[in-house]
Amino acid sequence: MALEKRDPVTGRMTTGHEWNGIEELETPIPRVVIFFLVVTILFSIGYWIFMPAWPLGWTYTKGLLGIDQRTTVEQQVEQAKAERAVWMDQIEQMDFATIQADSALMGVVQEAGATLFGDNCAVCHGTRGTGGKGFPDLAAKAWLWGGDPEAIAETIRVGINSPHEETRTSQMLAFGRDGMLDRTQIDDVLAYVQSIGTASEQAQPTPEAAARGSEIFAENCASCHGEDAKGMHDLGAPDLTDASWIYGGDLQTLHTTVYSGRQGHMPAWEGRLSAADRKILTLYVLALPQEKQ
Amino acid sequence: MVAQLTSGERQLSLVVLFLLGLAGLAMGVAGRGDPIGVHGLMVLVIAAGLAFVVMASFYAPEPSPERLDHYYDDPSKVGIVLTMIWAVIGMFLGVWVASLLAWPDLTFDAGWASFGRLRPAHTSAVIFGFGGNALIATSFHVLQRTSRARLPDQFSPWFVLIGYNIFCVIAAAGYFMGVTQSKEYAEPEWYADIWLVIVWVVYFAIYLRTLARRKEPHIYVANWYYMAFILVVAILHIVNNLAVPISLGSAKSYSLFSGVQDAMTQWWYGHNAVAFFLTAGFLGMMYYYLPKRAGRPIFSYRLSIISFWGITFLYMWAGSHHLHYTALPQWVQTLGMTFSVVLLVPSWASAGNALATLNGAWHKVRDDATLRFMMVAAVFYGLTTFEGSFMAIRPVNSLSHYTDWTVGHVHAGALGWVAMITFGSIYSIVPWLWKRERMYSARLVEVHFWLALAGTIIYVFAMWNSGIIQGLMWRTYNESGTLTYSFIESLVAMHPYYIARAFGGLLFLTGAVVGSYNVWMTIRSASASLAKPTEDMPEARLSPEPAE
Repeated sequence: MALEKRDPVTGRMTTGHEWNGIEELETPIPRVVIFFLVVTILFSIGYWIFMPAWPLGWTYTKGLLGIDQRTTVEQQVEQAKAERAVWMDQIEQMDFATIQADSALMGVVQEAGATLFGDNCAVCHGTRGTGGKGFPDLAAKAWLWGGDPEAIAETIRVGINSPHEETRTSQMLAFGRDGMLDRTQIDDVLAYVQSIGTASEQAQPTPEAAARGSEIFAENCASCHGEDAKGMHDLGAPDLTDASWIYGGDLQTLHTTVYSGRQGHMPAWEGRLSAADRKILTLYVLALPQEKQ
Repeated sequence: MVAQLTSGERQLSLVVLFLLGLAGLAMGVAGRGDPIGVHGLMVLVIAAGLAFVVMASFYAPEPSPERLDHYYDDPSKVGIVLTMIWAVIGMFLGVWVASLLAWPDLTFDAGWASFGRLRPAHTSAVIFGFGGNALIATSFHVLQRTSRARLPDQFSPWFVLIGYNIFCVIAAAGYFMGVTQSKEYAEPEWYADIWLVIVWVVYFAIYLRTLARRKEPHIYVANWYYMAFILVVAILHIVNNLAVPISLGSAKSYSLFSGVQDAMTQWWYGHNAVAFFLTAGFLGMMYYYLPKRAGRPIFSYRLSIISFWGITFLYMWAGSHHLHYTALPQWVQTLGMTFSVVLLVPSWASAGNALATLNGAWHKVRDDATLRFMMVAAVFYGLTTFEGSFMAIRPVNSLSHYTDWTVGHVHAGALGWVAMITFGSIYSIVPWLWKRERMYSARLVEVHFWLALAGTIIYVFAMWNSGIIQGLMWRTYNESGTLTYSFIESLVAMHPYYIARAFGGLLFLTGAVVGSYNVWMTIRSASASLAKPTEDMPEARLSPEPAE
């Protein structure tokens, strides 16, 4: 049995216990430890008195301040709603043109719209609305379903090929896979599309192929894309003469599009976003600055 | 090592391995086409492999009775090697998941490499693989020395060590297959949980049986902490994992708890896993290796008592601070918050007790990177517990919760405290266990120390920055009363910090690799073996008739 010894460094006695050479000093508990123990316990008791704290069977001590997180959050939500009502009511009631003419309201649209767009639309359309492969560039204003505010608001409300009952529906048929056009016909019609628009700089089409393609186009494609190939808003058929390509304007991608068809999806936002939020998004999208190519 | 076992222990090993293999076979048959079947086959292969190892030395001569003159350290030696292996695996996975957040393409389009699977593989590999093996290995070492008694038998420590590692392997393999019960730090499914309970009960029994045979009148502080760790982890593990499997042939189960009760049970478990696995166990480690290495008596026995009971009592209440501002009734949140605040005092008392123990040995801290590892660990323990109590205060939590600040806080504790105290202890224990004069290279210990410290600081600072920026961005409003930032904008703001964090983690991993090399070379350096230290043996053999 080891006995109490005096530690030469601290001058304290050891407890007299020893474990494989480890000893312990008889140092009393420093006052500062007791002090902070008392302070933190007093703080806790005070907190318990003022706030909901201890369970009492089926109920609990409510605390002198009568604070409850549920009512607190309800009040805060109400208050925030009231603060937003100043402009929210106007946006709900006014028509698009009037809002667009009101610079103060359009300032709110820019602020609130940026966050709404970032949280709901940016995942597909990009943070600046410029889209990506398979997702339309909204800043380019090459509208599939029409560019007036009502049409855009409707697209946001019901979506495209979505489960919404009134969804916009659109489909590019699989002309190659379903045997409507053979390989040379597809090549010809692509030559025609190249000749009328911006598609594919590679491999200039021969005038003969483009001429043959023109006939095929009139028979198969014009019903949706229009005789002038400028698209039709009623059917969501894209303009083939402009610089906007959803899936890509290179020959390989166009071939895939004509061969296998396309059917893009956009979710319906009715039920997820309020009418006012959708209205803000519509105005925000319309005001998106066009990216310089 | 098998030759050290008595013939009875060898027979018992074979019987247990046979039963384990049988259980594996049953799982494999009942769970055809389900991940549990793959797990079953893994168990079968492991059991068969171990049976071959036992059979290879089955007819070796009986070990000499002289073995009883020495502590039984073979399981600790294997445990230390496993600790270093798991450290490298777990920290590599950590660097990978950290990089994944900065460069999302690093999943290589493979399901098993998605964030949701790699992340629990990382946390389990470092907490349970690295931390758990370190605790088991050191606890056997400390228990015998501070009791002056040999482990009660030679079979059960192997059962605990190997059984525990089987649990870790099953857990990790399960995550990659998508097996999880979606409870943080308790992801393994029901059959792995049941196995761990068996292992854990044997572990606790080893502790009680050795302490019952101790030749010291008092039980040393380190053993209080190790015992608290084993006992409370058993309670937490059993309660939080109560679940009903959908069938005996399926890995899927449903928790016994639902809704907010499930959340509360989970965070009662989760926070006490931090408390009793990552704190109490490692405090046990600190209370032995730090004074031993410093050659100083513990600063205050009384402070040890008040800290121990403060920590064990107060932590039990603190879990609900993980659920501030949720559906959890506010009174539960109040209790979690206030007990967390009081908890700071015994936590700092522990850290202070460790640092004050170094009084009279600060010159050693300066010169000896091993002791410096332990000193820095105590400092980070203090920092992290302060931060934890601070973040448990509701208004602070409203900013910090769900942000990277929490991740930074956890890593200040995991890297700065848990890993540092473990590395310090390992650099102490390795020369002792393998009877070497010192580590293979003191320089490499020094290199490891600075890599670990730099990695931790870069990591923690990156996460403080990103966490607070995130928290502020999420709560900033425009004049019009709408949120200023979309979530995606906060992600963009995080990108540089995620790169910095991955770099900090990479430094820490490099340190662990350097440390593993150093440990391995120390074990391999056969030459300068120490003469058997005469003191390092059980009391019974030192003086056959203790003078009492």
